[in-house]
Amino acid sequence: MSQLSIKDREVGDVTILDLSGKITIGEGSVQLREAVRRLLDDGKKKILLNLGEVAYVDSSGIGELVSSYTTTNNNGGHLKLLNLTKKIQDLLMITKLLTVFETFDSEASALDSFK
Amino acid sequence: MAMTETFELSINSKFEFVDKVSSMTKVMADRITFDEDTTGWIDLAVREAVINAIKHGNKSLEAKKVDVKFIVEPGLLTVFVRDRGEGFDPTQLPDPLDPENLLNPAGRGIFFMRTFMDEVEYSTHPDGGIVVRMAKRLKV
Repeated sequence: MSQLSIKDREVGDVTILDLSGKITIGEGSVQLREAVRRLLDDGKKKILLNLGEVAYVDSSGIGELVSSYTTTNNNGGHLKLLNLTKKIQDLLMITKLLTVFETFDSEASALDSFK
Repeated sequence: MAMTETFELSINSKFEFVDKVSSMTKVMADRITFDEDTTGWIDLAVREAVINAIKHGNKSLEAKKVDVKFIVEPGLLTVFVRDRGEGFDPTQLPDPLDPENLLNPAGRGIFFMRTFMDEVEYSTHPDGGIVVRMAKRLKV
């Protein structure tokens, strides 16, 4: 059984990855890393991670969000977060990562921010 | 509930077994009537301890055991996680909140354990390996 399901869709020049499941050590973390890497390799540099259906994240999952962010930045792109669950919001707050990530509750506002 | 109950399990060093520990953690937390949010944070802390034991302590050598012991008392859950590793100095870990470490992808596991549990301490097991003891009290 796959821990994390990732579906991608494009709205204009933004790619939205709809994630559902768990981003934890092992498979879930690797899948996210590979999905972001693939987008960057395809020249897609505006990436929005929709975390609304992510039920669980551990420290490795937080680490993967950070890696995805830095890899995207290093490739001249932008990676932002959409629909944080309360738990993910809490984890990003206590790790001070809310000061790093741009986060949105509304897809429309998130898309606008890329313009 | 009896005054003190002890539950133990031992897993091989494979990440897929972390879910077994997690299931047991939730049952233990439920016996002490922690609320759902607190149970979730205790579960995260225990998972991080077990993952560290597998990855850093046992170097992911599958045959090496991680022992987990829960002590359930009225209003108090204590969890011991023992690896078979050579140990480390927990005071020498980089601070994940230091601005220069914020974008480090690793180094937040013990921080989460310390954040979500009331007590976290490390000791050396007499038969080898490191034991982390974590405790969480029920707030009334």
